[in-house]
Amino acid sequence: MTTKPRKFLLALLVAGLAVVVAACGGSASESGTGASKLALVAYSTPKEAYSAIIPAFEKTPAGKGVSLSQSYGASGDQARAVIAGLPADIVALSLAPDVDKLVKAKLVAPGWTATPTKGIVTRSVVVIGVRPGNPKHITGWDDLVKPGVQVLTPNPFTSGGARWNVMAAYGAQIEQGRTQAQAIDYLGRLFKHVVVQDKAARDSLQNFTAGKGDAIISYENEAITAQQKGEKLDYVIPDQTILIENPIAATADAGTNAKAFIDYASSAPAQKIFAAKGYRSVIPSLVDKRRYPDPPQLFDITKFGGWDAVMKQFFDPANSVMQRIEAGLGVSTG
Amino acid sequence: MPASSRASRLTLRAAALGYLAALLAIPVAMVFYRTFEHGLGPAWEAVTTPAAQHAFWLTVTMVAIAVPLNTIFGVGMALALVRGRWRGKTLVSAIVDLPFAVSPVVVGLALILVYGNTGWIGTWLASNGIRVIFSTPGMVLATVFVSLPFVVREVVPVLREIGVEQEDAARTLGASAAQTFWRITLPAIRWGVAYGVILTTARALGEFGAVAVVSGKIEGQTETMTLFVEQRFQAFDLTGAYAASVVLALLALAVIGTMTLLDRRKEN
Amino acid sequence: MSARADALGLPRRAGRARRRGRAAGPAIGGALATAYLSLVVLIPLAAVVAESTSGGAAAFWHAVTSPQAVAAMRFTVAVSLVVVALNVVTGTLIAWVLVRDEFPWKRLINALIDLPFALPTIVAGLVLLALYGPRGPAPFDIGFTRIAVGLALAFVTLPFVVRSVQPVLMELDREMEEAATSLGARPRTVFARIVLPNLVPAIAAGAGLAFARALGEFGSVVLISGNIPFKTEVASVFLFGQIESDNRAGAAAVSVVLLVLSFVLLLFVSWVATRGQRRAR
Repeated sequence: MTTKPRKFLLALLVAGLAVVVAACGGSASESGTGASKLALVAYSTPKEAYSAIIPAFEKTPAGKGVSLSQSYGASGDQARAVIAGLPADIVALSLAPDVDKLVKAKLVAPGWTATPTKGIVTRSVVVIGVRPGNPKHITGWDDLVKPGVQVLTPNPFTSGGARWNVMAAYGAQIEQGRTQAQAIDYLGRLFKHVVVQDKAARDSLQNFTAGKGDAIISYENEAITAQQKGEKLDYVIPDQTILIENPIAATADAGTNAKAFIDYASSAPAQKIFAAKGYRSVIPSLVDKRRYPDPPQLFDITKFGGWDAVMKQFFDPANSVMQRIEAGLGVSTG
Repeated sequence: MPASSRASRLTLRAAALGYLAALLAIPVAMVFYRTFEHGLGPAWEAVTTPAAQHAFWLTVTMVAIAVPLNTIFGVGMALALVRGRWRGKTLVSAIVDLPFAVSPVVVGLALILVYGNTGWIGTWLASNGIRVIFSTPGMVLATVFVSLPFVVREVVPVLREIGVEQEDAARTLGASAAQTFWRITLPAIRWGVAYGVILTTARALGEFGAVAVVSGKIEGQTETMTLFVEQRFQAFDLTGAYAASVVLALLALAVIGTMTLLDRRKEN
Repeated sequence: MSARADALGLPRRAGRARRRGRAAGPAIGGALATAYLSLVVLIPLAAVVAESTSGGAAAFWHAVTSPQAVAAMRFTVAVSLVVVALNVVTGTLIAWVLVRDEFPWKRLINALIDLPFALPTIVAGLVLLALYGPRGPAPFDIGFTRIAVGLALAFVTLPFVVRSVQPVLMELDREMEEAATSLGARPRTVFARIVLPNLVPAIAAGAGLAFARALGEFGSVVLISGNIPFKTEVASVFLFGQIESDNRAGAAAVSVVLLVLSFVLLLFVSWVATRGQRRAR
């Protein structure tokens, strides 16, 4: 054996070390938390929307020289990841409690709701997705507990989207004049019809479009996104349903560019993109009533005292309405 | 040949090949078919998006780091296990084999517990501004973990087989340890090292579970090709998922091809 | 002496001056290797064990006996056992056909046995879903069923028994088989009485590795199984969910159970291996 292989191996070693150094050095400066590099951490649904909004933002004077990295995943998972160290300048999550988790961890300033839109960037409603042509003739919540109907909805202890679903189902009962006890009983019956409780809303939708279940409780914009991607499903807006409001916030040590992005996302150009992707805009004039009709009995989370009260009453992993229902089904609540 | 034994031979062959076709060949052919069923264009577009390219280069980078590291460690550890004289060899050998027994998800959890920002080492790292989890180093660690044992396992039996005679002879003639290693040992174990490197590469390319846990899913930065496949699937972009799978499948076939080539060369 | 040194291409040097360096080199190398092993494998796994007991024995017990955890582990062990049993039969069969039979493309098919080793698990899952799932061309749909999980596991564990048995079969002395046949034994008897006993260690080793692999498998299962808790959720997917729900202690507890199980399997395999089975390539 000549000395050539030895030199080659040495060169390989040096190259390897160089790559290690480069990779380590690179990662520290890459994703966000620099003045002109922002990190957007969002839940999974608005991916198509932000993919269009970010380039548009970068063309504006406020967005000049700013670049954004993006991370998408289930809302709760993303909140936990940020707490565990995932770099973030802007968080766009599915529901306010996930942002409040970050406030509690001192990663987001408590005043994040002090904006003209109260910290909300998009709206939607809970709908019931069905097979094309609605073969099981599902028109509302009561149809979901008919015998033989299989329902999909995610696990509300891992999925933010699922909590909107639960409150929509519960609130619909109250809107129809039933008592709290009857509404809670309905929830128990409903979850007996749930054949899979996925850990995230997108997984749930994936399961549905792949053939599982007769109906899925989902967001209107999720259903529209799926339809736009060629998936075969229809959806029904029940007469009673909840208004979904998705928050956006800057983290505590994000710079002014983060606020500029949030302002842009709440402004007309970005809101038009959201509207095209299936969301109801926070700017009322941009909501096309034909495409996004108003349900006759639309309510929001304040009907139940706001998320703080709701989280305690319905979604406390140790003791709550849903915890008791899940325990009865043997499903983990964490 | 009696008719019955010929019949039984054909039956066995048909059963074996049928099983392989159903389990192996047809599904893989299916992925190629699904990828190109709408033509070359959409498939090509899907794997040349910036996110796809980032994913590809990230995967290549991680392999380029993990393989040399594990090779150097593997050869060294094999030498220590076979030629060294110290206590605790069985235990260390078992530890080296542990990555075979650990589920990838557990690997991710283990790394978070140590290198996460509240972890044993991670707390100190975080206070010094070094991020491991949700960044490339974390994913490199995960890849290194799962592909650790291959070089050791391939080299150890070879080292045992070749024995110490040549090395001892070199020593008595005055060669230093380094010279003995480069000139005698390494050439003798080169097939073991080669196989080990190939297996390490294949494992590193294909890792999914462990990197899924430590990734953070930062598009264009902590998304490997395998994560990219899952992400495209989740986004209802089946063409994209299949196209990326084809790239990975081609890499896998290249790995197998290299192994076959090495087999042939070794026979000669 | 000097001629031999020249023949080996070695320079002539005094031996003693080198001895000190010789002792230092391996020691540093050993220390580095140990540090590497510790940082990468040992410390992280120790952290898992520590985390699992961080809430005390009661919390550990609670985590591993929760209904969903028990269901996941039971399903994982059961489906892995079934798949391993399947592999014992098919793996031996395929090894037999590859070693004893001749047919066109045999070399290619032999090489492709390693495909499940080389193919990323997520691709394997996607592939199986494409073919046997709800929108695949197959006349049946096994998507999101237990069979789907079994199929994925059968795919990824295919090479283990085959590659374990092949070298043993190749080295097998055929004299006894020929003798038995000439004495009138039927092929089936020859196989069962003469060949099979020699293959048992190899089959056992391959089965042990396959079992360990199946227990921890994640990527190929996560897409096709639907991850329906209590029906098709395997332990690794359950663990993933627990980690994502920030229930690290609970995840660590179940991980420890899985680790112990797999480690025992590895020990079994290496015991079988040292009982005289040599792996030749």
